[in-house]
Amino acid sequence: MGVRKSDIVLLDDKGIRCDGRSIEEPRRIMIKAGVLKNANGSAYIEFGENKILAGVFGPRDVHPKHLANTDRGILRCRYHMQPFSVGERKNPAPSRREIEISKVIKEALEPAVMLENFPRTVVDVFIEILQADGGSRCAALDAAAVALADAGIPMRDMVSACAAGKVADTIVLDINNEEDQEGQADMPVAYMPNLGKVTLVQLDGVLTPQEYEKCVNTAINGCKLVYEFQKKALREKFFGDSSQ
Amino acid sequence: MDDIKRKYVIPGDVITTGPYRAEDNVHLFGDKIIATTVGISEIYDSGVRVIPLTGVYVPRIDDFIIGMVKSHTSLSWELDINACYPGILPAQDVFGRDFNPKVDELTSRLKTGDLIAARVANSDRSRDPLITIADRDLGKIDDGELIKISPTKVPRLIGKRGSMIQTIENATKAQITIGQNGYVVVSCEEAEGLLKALDAIKIVEEQAHVPNLTERIQEMLGSSSE
Repeated sequence: MGVRKSDIVLLDDKGIRCDGRSIEEPRRIMIKAGVLKNANGSAYIEFGENKILAGVFGPRDVHPKHLANTDRGILRCRYHMQPFSVGERKNPAPSRREIEISKVIKEALEPAVMLENFPRTVVDVFIEILQADGGSRCAALDAAAVALADAGIPMRDMVSACAAGKVADTIVLDINNEEDQEGQADMPVAYMPNLGKVTLVQLDGVLTPQEYEKCVNTAINGCKLVYEFQKKALREKFFGDSSQ
Repeated sequence: MDDIKRKYVIPGDVITTGPYRAEDNVHLFGDKIIATTVGISEIYDSGVRVIPLTGVYVPRIDDFIIGMVKSHTSLSWELDINACYPGILPAQDVFGRDFNPKVDELTSRLKTGDLIAARVANSDRSRDPLITIADRDLGKIDDGELIKISPTKVPRLIGKRGSMIQTIENATKAQITIGQNGYVVVSCEEAEGLLKALDAIKIVEEQAHVPNLTERIQEMLGSSSE
């Protein structure tokens, strides 16, 4: 009964995408900080159809000890998809893709976290994907950054992430699962909004130099939108309101 | 001088720009002073700092802390001090200068699970914090109930010039020892007073941000004693 993939209209004449959004419109975002009691910091994010939990422990003793660094702390990150997070059961063992995303998220968070304050320790970030839609690495990063702030780990800035991509020869913000599979390019970007620095850029697809620039700028604008939701989540938890 | 500007901040918020001294929990980026943790920023005189609302205990020299003995070697005890590092209590501190590891058995003085009131003698980046009990009012804690609160809530539990803690102590006749690391020991001869004091401490921790908390605690303890 399902629609054949090639039948999906990714972008119609009026500039409306397959899920009804306009070109520069992100999906619905909801973030909640401090949802887990036993973790030092935690966050839950709903980013479109993505549902993701992030928990943070630390700074704490490093085990195994040989991983410890004597002049700074280390950051460890685990991105894991639940077996029920996708249409067909996913084997819960870490896949090649999950290992890669764990590394990518770790490296996107590292510039923000002030690990030099805690030598010989580790900060552990655990991310569980409860339900996956396109762009789960960006959503996971957003949740992880809120969880780190919730844990009280010193950070130079928040890290906000959002993807942009090329669909039907047009650069669009925050691509979803269908656009990811059928589109021409996907570019996740992580950004520190107050310092104005990019901590992650990946690109899957082919873009001209002009398109590349436009795509990065579109994604950065998306990151700034996400940042407002991250701020709101932390303010709601700690100050009981979302106002300034 | 008394003009302190306060603001709620989260990591990355620019507190101010200009010729201020960057103090606790802030970092300098160009001429911007940026918060590094969730908390309340304060601008006073020429300094800027953030009072954190969450986070782990970071040992500082001269802090009064409560530690729990975790293990020992032949020369020192290892303490749980609620920080990301274990506290090291050297045996000389307890046995005196004539300590001899061949003769003196460390477990004869402090066993695993014992609580001690101590001070941080030294804490730097390269070694685990050194703990001492060689001072007045320091040493093994013989009785009492240990309760763990967030280290960021310790100033609230103490209150302005000790007002909060005095309120609880007077109303419950309990003796409360607060470590900067968030470990609190409550001892009381009456079980009822002990339970009330523990409840009051939990409420202070949960509602640390609520204004007029001291009065509310007073009310709670006053009304429940009748």
